[in-house]
Amino acid sequence: MAFHIHPLERKWLYAASAAIAIFLASILLTALFGGIHPPGHMEIIDSARLHLDGEFMEDKLGVRTEPDGSVRVTLVAARYGFFPREIQVPAGTPITFRIASADVLHGMHAPMTNLSTMVVPGYVSTVTTAFPKPGEYPMLCNEFCGMGHDHMWSKMTVVSKESWTLAHPSAGR
Amino acid sequence: MIDKPTRFLALCHFWVAFGAFALACVLGLYQVLERSGLVPAIQSPGVYFASVSTHGVLMAFVLTTFFIMGFGYVVAVSSLKTPLWNPKLAWAGFGIAAFGVALAALPLLTGNASVLYTFYPPLQASVLFYLGATLLVVGSWLWCVVMIVMHSQWKAAHPDETVPLPMFATTANAILWLWTSAGVALEVLFQLIPWTLGWVETVDVGLARTLFSWTLHPIVYFWLIPAYIALYTFVPKAAGGELFSHDLGRAAFLMLVVFGLPIGFHHLYMDPEQGSGFKLMHGVGTFLVALPTLLTGFTVIASMEIAGRRRGGSGLFGWIGALPWREPLVLAAILAFLMLIAGGFGGIVNASYAMNAMVHNTAWVSGHFHLIFAGTTVILYMAVGYYIWPRLTGKPLCSASLPVIQLWSWFLGMVLMTTPWHILGLLGQPRRISSVAYNSLLTLAWDPYELAMIVGGLVLTGSALLFAYILWQSQARPAAEQAFEVEYAGYQPADGPVHPLLNGFKVWNVAILGLMVLNFGYPILQFFLAKTFGSIPWGY
Ligand SMILES: [Cu+2]
Repeated sequence: MAFHIHPLERKWLYAASAAIAIFLASILLTALFGGIHPPGHMEIIDSARLHLDGEFMEDKLGVRTEPDGSVRVTLVAARYGFFPREIQVPAGTPITFRIASADVLHGMHAPMTNLSTMVVPGYVSTVTTAFPKPGEYPMLCNEFCGMGHDHMWSKMTVVSKESWTLAHPSAGR
Repeated sequence: MIDKPTRFLALCHFWVAFGAFALACVLGLYQVLERSGLVPAIQSPGVYFASVSTHGVLMAFVLTTFFIMGFGYVVAVSSLKTPLWNPKLAWAGFGIAAFGVALAALPLLTGNASVLYTFYPPLQASVLFYLGATLLVVGSWLWCVVMIVMHSQWKAAHPDETVPLPMFATTANAILWLWTSAGVALEVLFQLIPWTLGWVETVDVGLARTLFSWTLHPIVYFWLIPAYIALYTFVPKAAGGELFSHDLGRAAFLMLVVFGLPIGFHHLYMDPEQGSGFKLMHGVGTFLVALPTLLTGFTVIASMEIAGRRRGGSGLFGWIGALPWREPLVLAAILAFLMLIAGGFGGIVNASYAMNAMVHNTAWVSGHFHLIFAGTTVILYMAVGYYIWPRLTGKPLCSASLPVIQLWSWFLGMVLMTTPWHILGLLGQPRRISSVAYNSLLTLAWDPYELAMIVGGLVLTGSALLFAYILWQSQARPAAEQAFEVEYAGYQPADGPVHPLLNGFKVWNVAILGLMVLNFGYPILQFFLAKTFGSIPWGY
């Protein structure tokens, strides 16, 4: 009783394993040493009480510049939009988005960028990215959330770093 | 020839499968037309999302489950050369599953279950939908029992022999399905049904998504294994050769079962309710499960080379031209590989931990899984259909050329439909929208691709209806019954039976249990350790 492996098959087994090892090595290197991870960290929130207190109350939503110059965007996803509906952020700057759903499952994606996350009721989504190019980007809902799903999007304008600094002189540097 | 009652049992399964398939294709055509926005009269999110939900359920649950059950009975009886064990149980499985489908069809077709085949709580469907889906799964469990019992009875009666490869793979699939379906069964029985009946007020969406991801990846191997069985055991013979090797084929099926199960989190890369560590762990497993597919590609192509050279082909590539391209099984295998290569490339992008953000939930994903499932898998289901029909009906196919035309048109339609989807995905188009309503310059770039998608949908629907027509015509025409045997590709082992590890499942079940506890234990437990907040039901 033995494993019967043809010599050619053995070579292919090694070649295929090597290809997979290369893929895995590049993923593990960027993740463990480059710190590149998809969003996700199990942060719990009561989606039914977002409007009552905390960072997702209506008057606290929007774009804020932190003392270290980084930018934080707080959004609520609810049928059918990401609130506030229009935001402006600087190009070439790390921006942290924090998003919570007030109702059902949503997803947010800005085409041609790597801003993407699911928004799951009961959990806070956090995703950090930087936009190299100024321009107007739609933030689309990319998860079916009801009959108005097609119309669920908000507008993000990415402005050049210079005009952002002019408009927000108080931001730390 | 297979005994008459078993042939009738299998035919009933295949007709439910292929009937569901034809209907789902027509719905698919409506969907590409609707979402293009070119025919304003049919624009309707209500009808569209009801249609998408029905299309998904029919393709992913009905076509697959009934095809796999019918094919399993044929494989068991013909490869083990024993009568079917407990036909009453097999019929009970068919009846329960078919009743479940009918129960789920009521809310689906009336727009009362437009929650897509992935369920998506806290959107809530009619309870009939969840009950119907549960019964479909329960029916398929009875099939699993029949397969596993037949496998072990044969082994007990033939202690020193090797279980035939097709039956070994079928039993592997039955075991895989029992493990796989447990995740969604837990979600439906303990979360969705009590919540829909109002016994509990809220549902934890994070837990529900985690349980669904348990099922969502290995289910594709449940669908794929019958296609691989055809590649390993029907195609080499149809090409005029034999199986290149045998033991690594068995290892490939085992690897699909063991590695395929604990990797569902690559569907949750973008989700907030699981941490990076577990996502990365599942990501590593996702790449490991590419190995059995790479091995299968090698073995099957090598088997076809043997056949091509035997038929007079020479040179590095000359054997390819010498293959019998008009033989449906051979043609389907070649086209399936082409689609598998393209779809596999897309899959590597999806599975890549960080790159996933670019394409998550875009049309790219629809393009990917239509290539792998509707392309690679279903084209082999069709070829199996053509091979098996004379062996079930006792009548030859009504035409030799129509199946060839049908398989080519299916391939062409897939290329026409999935190429624009891949491009649209890279341009950021979401996969599940019924119209493009974004008032943005970026999204204007999507328009030209909508047209190619519609042409693809038309070709595919025509091809699907032709497929159903050929089967119907072959069965219905008057002809004297002849005896056609189901035969499997030969392989001569070098020395004696295979290693016991490649002839049974005990050790592998323990390995799966360990991997499942490791990869899903804490990620599920965390919802009970922390105070989470559930969601009330929402309409749509
Ligand atoms: Cu939404």
